[in-house]
Amino acid sequence: MYMKKYILDMKVTENCRLHKNYCLLKLTSADNLPEIFPGQFVEVRVENSPTTFLRRPISVNYVDKSRNELWLLIQLVGDGTRKMAAFHPGDIVNIMLPLGNGFTIPSKEQEGKRFLLIGGGVGTAPMLYLGACLKEAGFEPAFLLGARSESDVLQLDEFRRLGKVYITTEDGSLGEKGYVTDHTILKEVRFDRIYTCGPKPMMVAVARYAGAEAISCEVSLENTMACGIGACLCCVEKNKEGHNVCVCAEGPVFNIEKLSWLN
Amino acid sequence: MAELNVNIGNLPLKNPVMTASGTFGYGIEYADFMDISRLGGIFVKGTTIQPREGNDYPRMAETPSGMLNAVGLQNKGADYFAEHIYPEIKDIDTNMIVNVSGSSVETYVECAEKIAELDKIPAIELNISCPNVKQGGMAFGVTACGAGEVVKAVRKVYPKTLIVKLSPNVTDITEIAKAVEAEGADAVSLINTMLGMAIDAERRKPLLSTITGGLSGPCVKPVALRMVWQTYHAVKIPIIGLGGISNWKDAVEFLLAGASAIQIGTYNFIDPTVSIKVIDGLNDYCDRHGFKSVTELIGALNI
Repeated sequence: MYMKKYILDMKVTENCRLHKNYCLLKLTSADNLPEIFPGQFVEVRVENSPTTFLRRPISVNYVDKSRNELWLLIQLVGDGTRKMAAFHPGDIVNIMLPLGNGFTIPSKEQEGKRFLLIGGGVGTAPMLYLGACLKEAGFEPAFLLGARSESDVLQLDEFRRLGKVYITTEDGSLGEKGYVTDHTILKEVRFDRIYTCGPKPMMVAVARYAGAEAISCEVSLENTMACGIGACLCCVEKNKEGHNVCVCAEGPVFNIEKLSWLN
Repeated sequence: MAELNVNIGNLPLKNPVMTASGTFGYGIEYADFMDISRLGGIFVKGTTIQPREGNDYPRMAETPSGMLNAVGLQNKGADYFAEHIYPEIKDIDTNMIVNVSGSSVETYVECAEKIAELDKIPAIELNISCPNVKQGGMAFGVTACGAGEVVKAVRKVYPKTLIVKLSPNVTDITEIAKAVEAEGADAVSLINTMLGMAIDAERRKPLLSTITGGLSGPCVKPVALRMVWQTYHAVKIPIIGLGGISNWKDAVEFLLAGASAIQIGTYNFIDPTVSIKVIDGLNDYCDRHGFKSVTELIGALNI
């Protein structure tokens, strides 16, 4: 579906450090935000950071329509994201949005079906907005969040407000010990669809589980990109036929049947 | 209002600001952000006679004030372009110029012939300088003999404006420029990307699947400007300058160094509307300095 893209100067309303490695950046716009679907992303321009040249692609964590506010959950991995963590309320940030294609929101006929949203690390970010949109559409999303340790589990209260939350941590400090694919809920409940975002090895493991169980599965990729709009062809992933497709324009959300991961 | 129109050989441009191949898709990707018909021209993605998958991921690495890419001319081929893309872009009111690449003299010629059939494509840019493909590409652009050979063959089959895109990865770019001029090129565009490399120290691995790739962005601007200046003094055909242009001032510098027109490349990724700002900025500059036409700036460096 074609969606008009915008370049907006947005104003920072809040920037909270959730943890030493993560911040939650909230931005608003003088104009009403365009419609944004869960799984879509934005490209943030980072100025006055000498080592940051390109925009930073960041997934949409949440859209608070009542406050005309966009939330971005940012993991501090380099100079660009650290600069973003230093944005202050009132700062103006140039943002391109909405980019890419989002997750499939089920149709009304799928009422009663079970949806599991699996996020790993900062990959939990788009699951919050997806969960909120699913709930608003009358579904009951369940979440499976994976992290290294208890302190890396982010926005837990927000997730719990939307549905049942299952957790795995690699060190066992919260929830079950291990990876998301080890969680007992996957053996106890058969879900009808899985949505996932996180480190690629985790998503591949989830996709393989879903493939083996014949569960519909959508993954959201985070390939390194430059333009964000399908012009530079840098962020490619192989599709099922072995052709390179742009994650920014044809994804970032793909049904695993479209990719070569299960070949 | 200054006169902004310039000519590249027989090709009139409404202004000297164009967008570089591989950085602006087919133009339509940017239509949400700006009126793309205001541009002097759009150089569309590199096209080859056969479809190409390009190189494996990862294809991009950010560097200080620039980036490396190793896309490797991914495109769906000249037939697909003619059947599916051309109808979508042919009525855009600017010069839609196809960047043509190949892996042998024959494939360059075949691709140029195919594109020559398309009425609304007034020019091609012959890419003899892509550093990211094993065969062809830069192999032709690094010797005067190789460059001359491919231009001579394409000139025979291509009657419209023939622009040749030169590689900076050579000892003396003026030798290559002179060779393509001698074989009938109408203009040269320079520079393509500079061969570079990036390494992840922690993982002790290259950041690109191809290990080396093409460097672009503001970091290459001084090299590009120097090469435009040298080439301006070596050939009579017009020069289209590119390499790291990110604002109107950069564009003025390229014109002063001898470029008749410019292309904006990598900076489209940072500010998709930069080219429009450059057009407006050039006009303001001319007005402020009393130039009636932007052509008065070409090669007008005070030494």
